[in-house]
Amino acid sequence: MSSAMYERMRANPKFLELVSRRERFAWTLAAIVLTMFYGFVMVVAFSPASLGQPIAEGSMVTVGVAVELFMFIFFWVLTALYVRRANTEFDAMTQEIVKEAWKENK
Amino acid sequence: MHRIIQLATTLGLLGLSHLALAADAVGATEKQATNWHAIIMFCIFVAMTMGITYWAASRTKSTSDFYTAGGGITGFQNGLAIAGDYMSAATLLGLTAMVYMQGYDGYIYMLCFFAGWPIILFLMAERLRNLGKFTFSDITAYRLDQGKVRTMAAISSLTVVCFYLIAQMVGAGQLIKLLFGLDYNVAIFAVGLLMMVYVTFGGMVATTWVQIIKACMLLFGGTLVMFLAFSQFDFSFSNLLEKATAVHKLGDKLMSPGSLLADPITAISLGLGLMFGTAGLPHILMRFFTVSDAKEARKSVLYASGFVAYFFNVIFLMGLCGILIVGQNPEFFEGGVVGGKLIGGGNMVAMHLANAVGGNMLLGFLAAVAFATILAVVSGLALAGASAISHDIYARVIKKGQASEASEIRVSRIATICLGFVAIVLGIAFEKQNIAFMVGLAFGVAAAANFPVLILSMYWKGLTTRGALWGGYGGLVSAVLFVVFSKSVWVDVLGNAAPLFPYTQPALFAMPLAFLLAFIFSKSDSSVRAGKEIEAFEDQYVRAQTGFGASGAAKH
Repeated sequence: MSSAMYERMRANPKFLELVSRRERFAWTLAAIVLTMFYGFVMVVAFSPASLGQPIAEGSMVTVGVAVELFMFIFFWVLTALYVRRANTEFDAMTQEIVKEAWKENK
Repeated sequence: MHRIIQLATTLGLLGLSHLALAADAVGATEKQATNWHAIIMFCIFVAMTMGITYWAASRTKSTSDFYTAGGGITGFQNGLAIAGDYMSAATLLGLTAMVYMQGYDGYIYMLCFFAGWPIILFLMAERLRNLGKFTFSDITAYRLDQGKVRTMAAISSLTVVCFYLIAQMVGAGQLIKLLFGLDYNVAIFAVGLLMMVYVTFGGMVATTWVQIIKACMLLFGGTLVMFLAFSQFDFSFSNLLEKATAVHKLGDKLMSPGSLLADPITAISLGLGLMFGTAGLPHILMRFFTVSDAKEARKSVLYASGFVAYFFNVIFLMGLCGILIVGQNPEFFEGGVVGGKLIGGGNMVAMHLANAVGGNMLLGFLAAVAFATILAVVSGLALAGASAISHDIYARVIKKGQASEASEIRVSRIATICLGFVAIVLGIAFEKQNIAFMVGLAFGVAAAANFPVLILSMYWKGLTTRGALWGGYGGLVSAVLFVVFSKSVWVDVLGNAAPLFPYTQPALFAMPLAFLLAFIFSKSDSSVRAGKEIEAFEDQYVRAQTGFGASGAAKH
């Protein structure tokens, strides 16, 4: 029974649409986080001095502190963006796909 | 030797095993005078959580109640609980001490601990919720051979849980000796017995609420200390930095990366291990099954990562304030020598800071929070271990899915009690051992044995039972061997002259090996069953994407 449901959902073009949209969005965000994070780790490993520079002449705040604070906030904003889009747009599409599969079932 | 053990204990808690050489960040744990404020406040916490356990026990009837609180935890509650699982006593004490000693390096570590969460959300959270029921083996064994794959997943889960438990128990004993002035063995028994009560009677409902209360206490206590301390610098960050840089022995280097992550291989391996180890820890993964659907699972990560990020920044400020408020006050140093040895050891910075800005009451509160934290984390671990035994091994492997709910719950309760005694025995046995490698090992095994098979089973159609077994066992054995042959065990524990494996972090090597083994042995598997398993991916894929047929969601 449920295998037939899965079969119908898979055949629904909306399913492909959902998957490709969500995967593209998720992987883009993941790529941003991974690039920034491992980029940062590389700078820590290979060029630590550049993180020790002050952000402005005479300021006590270093580039490293500013960059990290930015990443904490930015990564969290990215999670918020993903959650918002997934919980509205993607979930609505999912519900539609499931509903259509039920309808065909009858 | 004594000093090395203490160092190791604290670092082991932190999971930063390779730092064992980064000396002064931590110090001695000596028995302190009995702290009555702390003990009274801790007793209030215990009384409250016992009340909750009593209430939870009346609601814990089915296996689903026991393992996942009936899927009735909201995203916000679960976010707090996950954050609670993640912010241990070591985070509060160890990372504050690290910022106090090393400045910016402590902040780098916090980012490493944090960066895994967005990845877990983007790539795993909804699939975990849509496919899983009680344990993550539900997902890896979804279309593969139930008996063999679950046995493998249960073994690696229990391995992770045991290593983590040893680190937590030994750390608990040391910390409690330090903070409360109680005897080591008394502390170990108290933690073990309380944990058994919470988990056996209250299951996941009680475990989650203990975690939530503790997370709130931790966030509140940390924020209060930070607020009071930061107010002494008129809430001006540059004012604080200027003064801290002027007095710290690192001077201008305080806000630059230091020596902790100088070696690129170690840096990358640590980053991988922390990021993907988190995504393979059974007690964290289990939390994804306590919410009703993927929507709530995503929200959990949003809230959890928000709390974790916030708290790490609070700790950063606490550490910096500590440099001036604690580091310049002779009262907190042995013999009153500023710059000498901190009373109670290097890990006491957060506690001294609380004392300096809020007196004995705040000190007692923060100490009680630290104890509560250990208790909550240990309970989560015990529940994860017990469910691997009862749900995977007993119900699915031994009884082949024919076990009644009542008998499954009974087995998990017995398993919890056994794990509790195992934890007490191990905690006492390892009191004087170097346990720095334990959490490193737990993260390494989680990243190398649990994570690759889990992610492949969700993303790669071609994974077969044979591939999963090779990948899982291969990752498990190689992660353990890499750690055993590394400096932290081969030299520090076994006393050999030189390590056989030059790095202390196994993830960079063991993880690719696990993926490779899983790939090769899946590809070369041309059995009929392998063909069926690959075919079954299609249905699993639709369920992972839509949540249709997911447990708990089937009702509507």
